[in-house]
Amino acid sequence: MNAMVEQLVVMVAALGQGLIGRAVSLFSVLAAPAPGGMPDPPKVPSSPWFWMPNSASNFASGIDGMFDFLLWVSVVCMIGVAVAIVYFCRRYGATSREANEAAESQADHSNVLEVTWSIIPLFVVIGVFVVGFQQFVSLRTAPRAAYEVHATGQRWKWGFEYPEGLTHPELHVAVGKDVRILIQSVDVLHSLYIPEFRVKMDAVPGRYTELWFNPTQEGTFPIYCAEYCGTSHSDMLSRVVVHSPEGFQAWVAEEIRKIESMPLVELGELTFNQSGCATCHSLDGSAKVGPSFKGLFGRQEKILGQAGITVDENYLRESILEPQKKVVEGFPPSMPTFKGQLSDRRISGLIEYLKTIK
Amino acid sequence: MTSPSATADVLTAPAESDSDSYLTHDKGILSWLLTLDHKRIGVMYLMCVMGAFLLGGVFALLLRTELLTPGRTIVEHDTYNQLFTLHGAVMVFLVIIPGIPAALGNFVLPLQLGAKDVAFPRLNLASWYLWVIGATFLLVSLVTNAADTGWTFYTPYSTTTTTSVIPALFGAFILGFSSIFTGLNFITTMHKLRPPGMTWFRMPLFLWALYSTAVIQVLATPVLAITLLMLIVERFIGIGIFDPALGGDPVLFQHFFWFYSHPAVYIMIVPAFGVVSEIFPTFSRKRIFGYKFIALSSVAIAILGFLVWGHHMFVSGQSVVAATIFSGITFLIAIPTAIKVFNWITTMYKGRIHLDTPMLYALFFLWVFSIGGLTGIFLGVMSLDVHLHDTYFVVAHFHYVMMGGSITAFLAGTHYWWPKMFGRTYNEKWGRIACGLLFVGLNLTFFPQFILGTRGMPRRYYNYLEEFQGLHQLSTIGAYLMGVAFVITAIYLLGSLRKPMDAPANPWGSNTLEWRTPSPPAYYNFHNPPEVVEGPYEYADWVYDKRTRGYQRKASHDS
Amino acid sequence: MAQLVADQVPPHEPSGGHGHADAEHAANPYLAHHFDTPKHQFDSGKLGIWIFLITEILFFGGLFCAYAIYRSLHPDIFVYAHYYLDTFWGALNTGVLILSSLTAAWAVRNAQLGEQKKLIFNIVATIALAFCFLGVKYVEYSHKFHEGTLPGRYFNPTHEVWELESYQKAHGQHGSATAAEGHAAAGHEAAEPAGHAAPAGGEAKQPPPGAPVRPRNVGVFFSIYFCMTGLHGIHVVAGIITWGWLLRRAIRGEFGPAHFGAVDYAALYWHLVDLIWIYLFPLLYLIH
Repeated sequence: MNAMVEQLVVMVAALGQGLIGRAVSLFSVLAAPAPGGMPDPPKVPSSPWFWMPNSASNFASGIDGMFDFLLWVSVVCMIGVAVAIVYFCRRYGATSREANEAAESQADHSNVLEVTWSIIPLFVVIGVFVVGFQQFVSLRTAPRAAYEVHATGQRWKWGFEYPEGLTHPELHVAVGKDVRILIQSVDVLHSLYIPEFRVKMDAVPGRYTELWFNPTQEGTFPIYCAEYCGTSHSDMLSRVVVHSPEGFQAWVAEEIRKIESMPLVELGELTFNQSGCATCHSLDGSAKVGPSFKGLFGRQEKILGQAGITVDENYLRESILEPQKKVVEGFPPSMPTFKGQLSDRRISGLIEYLKTIK
Repeated sequence: MTSPSATADVLTAPAESDSDSYLTHDKGILSWLLTLDHKRIGVMYLMCVMGAFLLGGVFALLLRTELLTPGRTIVEHDTYNQLFTLHGAVMVFLVIIPGIPAALGNFVLPLQLGAKDVAFPRLNLASWYLWVIGATFLLVSLVTNAADTGWTFYTPYSTTTTTSVIPALFGAFILGFSSIFTGLNFITTMHKLRPPGMTWFRMPLFLWALYSTAVIQVLATPVLAITLLMLIVERFIGIGIFDPALGGDPVLFQHFFWFYSHPAVYIMIVPAFGVVSEIFPTFSRKRIFGYKFIALSSVAIAILGFLVWGHHMFVSGQSVVAATIFSGITFLIAIPTAIKVFNWITTMYKGRIHLDTPMLYALFFLWVFSIGGLTGIFLGVMSLDVHLHDTYFVVAHFHYVMMGGSITAFLAGTHYWWPKMFGRTYNEKWGRIACGLLFVGLNLTFFPQFILGTRGMPRRYYNYLEEFQGLHQLSTIGAYLMGVAFVITAIYLLGSLRKPMDAPANPWGSNTLEWRTPSPPAYYNFHNPPEVVEGPYEYADWVYDKRTRGYQRKASHDS
Repeated sequence: MAQLVADQVPPHEPSGGHGHADAEHAANPYLAHHFDTPKHQFDSGKLGIWIFLITEILFFGGLFCAYAIYRSLHPDIFVYAHYYLDTFWGALNTGVLILSSLTAAWAVRNAQLGEQKKLIFNIVATIALAFCFLGVKYVEYSHKFHEGTLPGRYFNPTHEVWELESYQKAHGQHGSATAAEGHAAAGHEAAEPAGHAAPAGGEAKQPPPGAPVRPRNVGVFFSIYFCMTGLHGIHVVAGIITWGWLLRRAIRGEFGPAHFGAVDYAALYWHLVDLIWIYLFPLLYLIH
């Protein structure tokens, strides 16, 4: 019986090795990050610490301090557990069952011990709770005079609207200045997460939520969506760019200038890239969630439930603002509206840009 | 009428038990499918749960394989999302929640209590059928564009996605009733079917654990049932309870869901505590340390567990006041849990320790569960949770407690009671090898995930940034190792069933009542209810007999 | 050393041989093998049914909780919408259920005393009253479907609140003249839906002064109404099935002083179903 089990396991192991061998060669072909993800993903900057990312906001040192404390408490406890297990097993190990050795002691309770090892952890957790509470209140209490940015989460991109009237897919801020982000969602739950700042808050449809921070380091850091929201949840990335105060002013001015004075076609291409259109519309003729933009302008399209149309400027504008009105047959009615997110100039730019995709 | 001799004696001739154990008493498939015998129902649950674990495990290996590379490896986005949803739903609802109570508890409880069966044997069979029906609905979802909402079904995504969510919800709904009826049965059994002399504080700790678990099952699961029902109705006819556009609130779903699902994790872990509470004294030949503290801490955990659900929602937009209360109570639960760990360790002190496979799994549990429990503290700190919520840190935490806690204890209990259930011993060498392999595999799979989490890697991510690839690959290799360990375990355990029955009545020298029956027991459990005169962890009267390779009660106790 | 299975094992008897060929089990064919006496079995069953009832309370509790939350968040919706419910039918159903609880409790007594004929009568009466309840619910539900007072996004009433008799009674107003005459039955679950034609063909209805403005999302009220009464109705159906099964057993003479647990437990369940309705009725129908 033993021999048979061993044989079987050897066979399974060999089969497994063969499979793994084949699988590894498969993976080496697929090892490169495949297209279909974000075209321009943020990079995770290297951090001086093993566990935590860069410490780039006012909250990071406090939260990291809490983490380190708990880490060392845990290490001490785990060493204690390991030492106890190993030592007891060696010191009190039985030789064999035949020897019928009795335990050295049948002592089975000690109120002193029970109280001690209840009280000490109780004090530790109370301390940890109090500090955590104070830090949490700080996380949730934005200062009055903070710079406010509106963040909108939608499947599957972030949009940030600045008080200067600028909308942009990335978050840009000035170092050392308090920033308050008002978060909303237009469809399902999302969550705005900036690890380097140690902040996170869910985006809930139907209400506003907020988070705030004060960036302490210039640089570029990733922004993730941290609440599962469907197919491309893991591609719903952005970045936060922390400028010097002068650099930030310059950036805002430049972006506004771009939008107001850039030629329409260029503005259209920029808007196309910033608005996540490529998630559903290809430029090369392949059908994705939505029809390809290649040769779109001037094309005859069959509309679900209606007569056919010719794609012109009005149709394009209507599709951006009220996408459910005329859905091309064969495609799902899942395009979200961009009403309120794109200025008229941007829409005109998009139309001009689309005319160039032949 | 009880006679002490009938209670104290132990079988010496295994061949006798062969002829009329519960396994052989009635023949034919209908005698199993229509059985009212709690032992047969327990065995059917064991086989079903093992099968479901295989299914959930395959999903896990597939999704870990996908995560070998940052982009597409073997499946598309949507398939990956379905994989982690089904992995979670199968593991939570089909494996871990029924797990120890239904598969081991059903078999052991009446025997350990000294009863002839559970209070409601027909209800027990009905619970099993409900499990099968619930599992069928989950399979229906699987094969018809499986749900992709995550096992947590958060709205509004779960009310708007076009995948097969309603069968999955309905399956979980049915499984909830399976769980409720099991709990109801166990509570009544322990109140009403204790034999003379079996006071509450002479009950084995496994029974205390099952009792506490049953209380949670009965009180928490109905709330899940109504939540899932509301979600089904919302999907079906769009009534708007969770839809902000129609006046509803998506966060309300989270409150309802976690009101059940937090106590549910105690359904998953408290029975595990019970199992290891049997194993430590038996394999240290020493009374358990702090019996009353362990017994009452299970009850305390069961009660406190109802008050902390909001610690899953610190960043949901919940108020600071609510978050504070939930965090504070969360820390309180840490104390009774820590007490148990200290008591188990102290049980070994000055004992005589035998490192058979069940004890190896129990020690494995102690180490790994401690890591899981300590990392729960990290997540209970409000400020730190803001950073760690919805990252791989959470995934690592719950896998350490669920896989390292519940499943490891499930394996410990299965190995401990296997000779009693099936009358056969398994190959000890392979038991140790699989245990060691699993230990390495588990830590290799989930420890890197703590690091991924603190570094900001969110969970439920199909694609990820390149910088995280190394840790993901380590994790995947660990997962394959675990798979191998489980396959080995299944092979030698199921393989042992082909041997003739060779197990003694009491291979481990335990003093609880199930070991006073033959291995496997007769279909009626006990001729006469045994009289209980001492606590469950007294070992002085048990002597090892080389011939039978089991323990015998000392002759001086014959009347 | 004596061996456990070496004893004489009697052939398997339905009530469980193996040392239970004792007086109790011989005298009581309904006594299960794992209980010692009929009282032991009855007490255990009683604990079991009480635990089950607690789970039912928690099950409905979720909906009561949703009710409480939405009512506190949107009290205007609840006040506005409740006029669409007819208190008459609600009160009638309350009376029906209370009466059926009486017949159920009586049936338990009959079973305990071995009065088979009266037991059968009372079970039949309970079932009949339960069907009455369902009948009234059918009338209410079908009226709602007809009137368009449906849950969630499907809420699209054919009559405005001020046209309803229940509103007019409460506010001592007459609606528009046409509303008063042709719609004396408005809001009342009448048998001729055809009589509810819209007044004077298609022109916009004028609200009387002081009439409430329809809040957004009135459908939420009806979502909760249909969920709660629907779930309750399902439990009434389950009760009917249970009583039907008990009726069959009663006709076969299974119940008597030593064996009446099933009737007792069913009656307890039925009392809970009644109690839940007694809470539902004022919460949904009697809002001020």
